[in-house]
Amino acid sequence: MEAPLIAGSPSFGSITEKVSSIVEAKFSLVWLLWFGFISSIALVFFGAIGYVFWEGIGVWGNNVPNGWGWPIVNFVFWVGIGHAGTLISAILFLFRQRWRTSINRSAEAMTIFAVICAGIFPGIHVGRIWVSYWMFPLPNQMDMWPNFRSPLMWDIFAVGSYFTVSLLFWYVGLIPDFGTLRDRAKSKIRQFIYGILAVGWNGGNRQWRHYEKAYLLLAGLATPLVLSVHTVVSFDFATSVIPGWHTTIFPPYFVAGAIFSGFAMVMTLLVIVRKLYSLEHIITMRHLENMNKIMLVTGMMVGYAYGCEFFIAWYSGNDYEMAAFKNRAFGHYAWGYWIMVSCNVLVPQLFWFKRLRTSVPVMFVASILINVGMWFERFVIIISSLSQDFLPGSWGFFKPTLWDILILVGSFGLFFTLFTLFARFLPLISMAEVKGVLPQADPHHQGEST
Amino acid sequence: MSAREQSSYGLLAQFDGAASLLQAAKALHEAGYKRFDCHSAFPIHGMDRAMGLQQSKLGWIVLLGGFSGAAGGMLLQWWTSAIDYPLVISGKPLFSFQAFVPITFELTILFAAFGAVFGMLALNRLPRLHQELFNSGRFKQASDDGFFISVQAGDPQFDEAGTKSLLRQLGAQHIEVIERG
Repeated sequence: MEAPLIAGSPSFGSITEKVSSIVEAKFSLVWLLWFGFISSIALVFFGAIGYVFWEGIGVWGNNVPNGWGWPIVNFVFWVGIGHAGTLISAILFLFRQRWRTSINRSAEAMTIFAVICAGIFPGIHVGRIWVSYWMFPLPNQMDMWPNFRSPLMWDIFAVGSYFTVSLLFWYVGLIPDFGTLRDRAKSKIRQFIYGILAVGWNGGNRQWRHYEKAYLLLAGLATPLVLSVHTVVSFDFATSVIPGWHTTIFPPYFVAGAIFSGFAMVMTLLVIVRKLYSLEHIITMRHLENMNKIMLVTGMMVGYAYGCEFFIAWYSGNDYEMAAFKNRAFGHYAWGYWIMVSCNVLVPQLFWFKRLRTSVPVMFVASILINVGMWFERFVIIISSLSQDFLPGSWGFFKPTLWDILILVGSFGLFFTLFTLFARFLPLISMAEVKGVLPQADPHHQGEST
Repeated sequence: MSAREQSSYGLLAQFDGAASLLQAAKALHEAGYKRFDCHSAFPIHGMDRAMGLQQSKLGWIVLLGGFSGAAGGMLLQWWTSAIDYPLVISGKPLFSFQAFVPITFELTILFAAFGAVFGMLALNRLPRLHQELFNSGRFKQASDDGFFISVQAGDPQFDEAGTKSLLRQLGAQHIEVIERG
């Protein structure tokens, strides 16, 4: 028999109490120390960006032929992380995977914060920040419009829509829980803030009726959207003629990789969060195990894509294509390639074994290694292809500078700062949805009432 | 009708669980009540039918949003690339819909999502700062573990004493009058 979704058969009231008490507790010293630490890393991020604005992007390692450099590696990495949140909240919802209810809120929050981090990189990568509004189709004094045939333009729309829709979806999910926090609020300020956020929710079935429809439709809209986002990101590469980029496998390969890395990030965060806030009965081993299974599947898809790329390079008979792949595996950046393969293909194989995929330390370490591997995947794709293209005369090797490293580390600071604030001020778990999957929520349930 | 009935918003009755709420909703619907609502911390399966509610019309709003996104996206790209700022790029035609599909698709989704969220709020007459139900202290439980039925005094079937005894018959554990304002 399958384990119950929520362990220990709690009452409705105890779910409210457990989740709300996290938001209502006093600040602990540990929280303040952690917040001070992580937010100062976020400040390093903004400080380093400020320095780049002041000096210009010459302080980075980017130079011809490596025009894209680390900022675009980081962009693709972060936007990929976001995908797991939408997969959990939308795709698993459509497939009626009710186990998603314990983890969808925090996964969606992670999506939004990852897309915020991602969105910063193309913005600072344009170099002349004061004209970054050229990325948008705004009427301007030059009477010019952006080139809509460019995949980079498609990217602006894909990531922009993705961020907006994810934010709306997350907010709609939060409305009933804001109502709960409003009704529990002791102070005037909390009552006011959560009251505004709850927009007058009264839990009436006349409201639920439209609400559930809206949630279902949003899930249905977010599903093709999330698949399109990393597809469009992969078009940035696939529509060019650079060896190693110009392949049709890119869209599915990028989407699978995105979901893979995103699940690893959700795992890293949830293992910490469920321990810190003692939510083990709501985020159970069954949830963690299911996520590990998804990582095993998507990891194998990514591994298949790595193999397929090599096969097609050989099968195409194109010398440049083959040379690009030989360079990846045995050239200047071979170490990056083998980090990628070991972390993304070998590490998830651990999850074949039930003992390993139900071990919290194993999955925690594996999830971090997978994210290291997925960052290196983008590094390998972007850096190795750009540094050696058709003409040996135009080859050039990329080396990151201190500012590249500070900005990468700093982006993690921003991401974890935002997640720390989320875990403190918003309900980490969707109370309304978790109550809905308890056995006594079913009006035809036989047993004692609450 | 007494002065008190006119000044009150209606009745609020508390029930002990999802099953009794569903039963009571069905009974009220069968008794001909129209202006009542069932409040719970999560949506209850089968409640729409028990209350005799139609399917939500939200789908049509979303469809309209999607159409306007698709049309707007294609028009924006056609007008800027072929009419207002015609610029030949790598020898391609000024208007070729294939190149404009990704942005059209993204805007379709974006505007459909606007339709879903803002349409849902509009159909629910939200946002609202205050409503009469919030006058009841007990009603705060509705977002925690309480199950309530509210019947508005404006309902043609409403009669304070009669409705009260019907609700009690249906298993209400606590009944109170909600004041206006």
